[in-house]
Amino acid sequence: MARMKFLCDADRCIECNACVTACKNEHEVPWGINRRRVVTINDGKPGERSVSMACMHCTDAPCAAVCPVNCFYTTADGVVLHSKDLCIGCGYCFYACPFGAPQYPRVGNFGSRGKMDKCTYCAGGPEADGTAAEYEKYGSNRLAEGKLPLCAEMCSTKSLLAGDGDIIAQIYKERVVRRGYGSGAWGWKTAYNESIAS
Amino acid sequence: MAGLLIRARIAVMALAVSLFAVVALPALAQQPTSVNPTASSVKEDQLLEQLRIISGRGSIPDKKSYNLEQPSGRDWRQFHQVTLPIVGAVAIVGLLALIVVFYLARGMVRLDGGRTGRTIVRFTAFERFVHWMTATCFIILAISGLNITFGKPLLLPLIGAEAFSAWSQWAKYAHNFLSFPFTLGVVLIFLMWIAGNIPDKVDVEWVKQGGGIVGDKHPPARRFNAGQKMIYWIVVLGGGLVAATGYLLMFPFYGTDVAGMQIAQMVHGVASLLFVAVMLGHIYIGTIGEEGAFEAMGTGEVDVNWAKQHHSLWAEEEMAKSKAAPPVERSMAPAE
Repeated sequence: MARMKFLCDADRCIECNACVTACKNEHEVPWGINRRRVVTINDGKPGERSVSMACMHCTDAPCAAVCPVNCFYTTADGVVLHSKDLCIGCGYCFYACPFGAPQYPRVGNFGSRGKMDKCTYCAGGPEADGTAAEYEKYGSNRLAEGKLPLCAEMCSTKSLLAGDGDIIAQIYKERVVRRGYGSGAWGWKTAYNESIAS
Repeated sequence: MAGLLIRARIAVMALAVSLFAVVALPALAQQPTSVNPTASSVKEDQLLEQLRIISGRGSIPDKKSYNLEQPSGRDWRQFHQVTLPIVGAVAIVGLLALIVVFYLARGMVRLDGGRTGRTIVRFTAFERFVHWMTATCFIILAISGLNITFGKPLLLPLIGAEAFSAWSQWAKYAHNFLSFPFTLGVVLIFLMWIAGNIPDKVDVEWVKQGGGIVGDKHPPARRFNAGQKMIYWIVVLGGGLVAATGYLLMFPFYGTDVAGMQIAQMVHGVASLLFVAVMLGHIYIGTIGEEGAFEAMGTGEVDVNWAKQHHSLWAEEEMAKSKAAPPVERSMAPAE
């Protein structure tokens, strides 16, 4: 089985936000929630870099470890998913997540947290693949249709890569060799405890 | 003539081009064959060493999303998964064990002279109402809070994921809503009992004599002995701390960011687990630990002998008061 990962080549990202828009639209993500976002570090200064970030689907995911109701599970493809039926909206996964992925619609009293929402790697949730119930809670399930996450598919500069970790790491390595530089795979050390030589 | 002119022009142009080439070639040769734009770029490893949170600028209105990474989440995970359960288990199981051992060794502390049948008012109806309102909230808050830390390993395997989630959802609602009457109770407790809970010289002697917990002596005490004063300040300060940190977690991003909420949760967790342990001790002494103690918060009236035994100075004051001013009802009552 493949081990699905995301990789953002920060030397290619042009901060067009197409990945953000594609994700919002594909999954009809609720107002106020962005499963993917682009952050520009040192904006306007020499050496600025933009990175597209979402749930990295970590190895040994911190969110799953701290969840008090055990609503997370990792699929055979290494995708970290959760059940909105089990989630109680406590906020603990948000405290633990290194990437700020979990977000909560403000539906509770006093603007408190509703059921957590995060990137599903376009792989839906625990419901049967492609059902209306799954779409309503988690958005579309492209992985079940044999397609990769739309954010990466849409990326105009192919900065954002999605797919089997070994393959996208190889693509990135070849890029680095060919162009002679690379600022590293952002988040990989934190998420997968590995880094790609640059 | 025309042909000669054209030739001359061509010759001049050729000369100019060759001159340019001679001047420009060394400059081209000096340029590096490739550029490395990452040499000056921001690097993740370096930022992770310098900062707890790597943040930048985004294009969407949600400012929270401008944080790219916060690896300190892993420290919080370590605290939540390892440190907090150990602190809680040691404090709570330790105190329960202590109570069992103490009860087996000492049993219920009896009233030395038996009951006189005469009683003194210890707590008014309002005081008892505030106490029990706070106590009821505390017990539900404690159970729903312990569920968050210990429910997954202890209760979830027994009742299954669906039932455990449903229960935890209701427990969370109860935890959020009952925080308000609990906080009100802590504030009222602070105000109505502050007068009797300022530490004084009597407390020093009480503590020196071990509060009568060890041995059969009963050191003198006013309305509240040093032990009760400690409970009072733990409730007021600990309750205040737990309430303040709890509200920070309940209202996310009001005055805090993710780092602030991590700290708030850590303080909330440790303080409330210690609070639970202390309250177990309080419940023990107020019920099976000491004969005649429960009545103080039950009916509000205690036996005169209990008052003399445990709060000698307060009992004297009360007796003196009732002698100086005979009970109003009796003088007002019609002759029978």
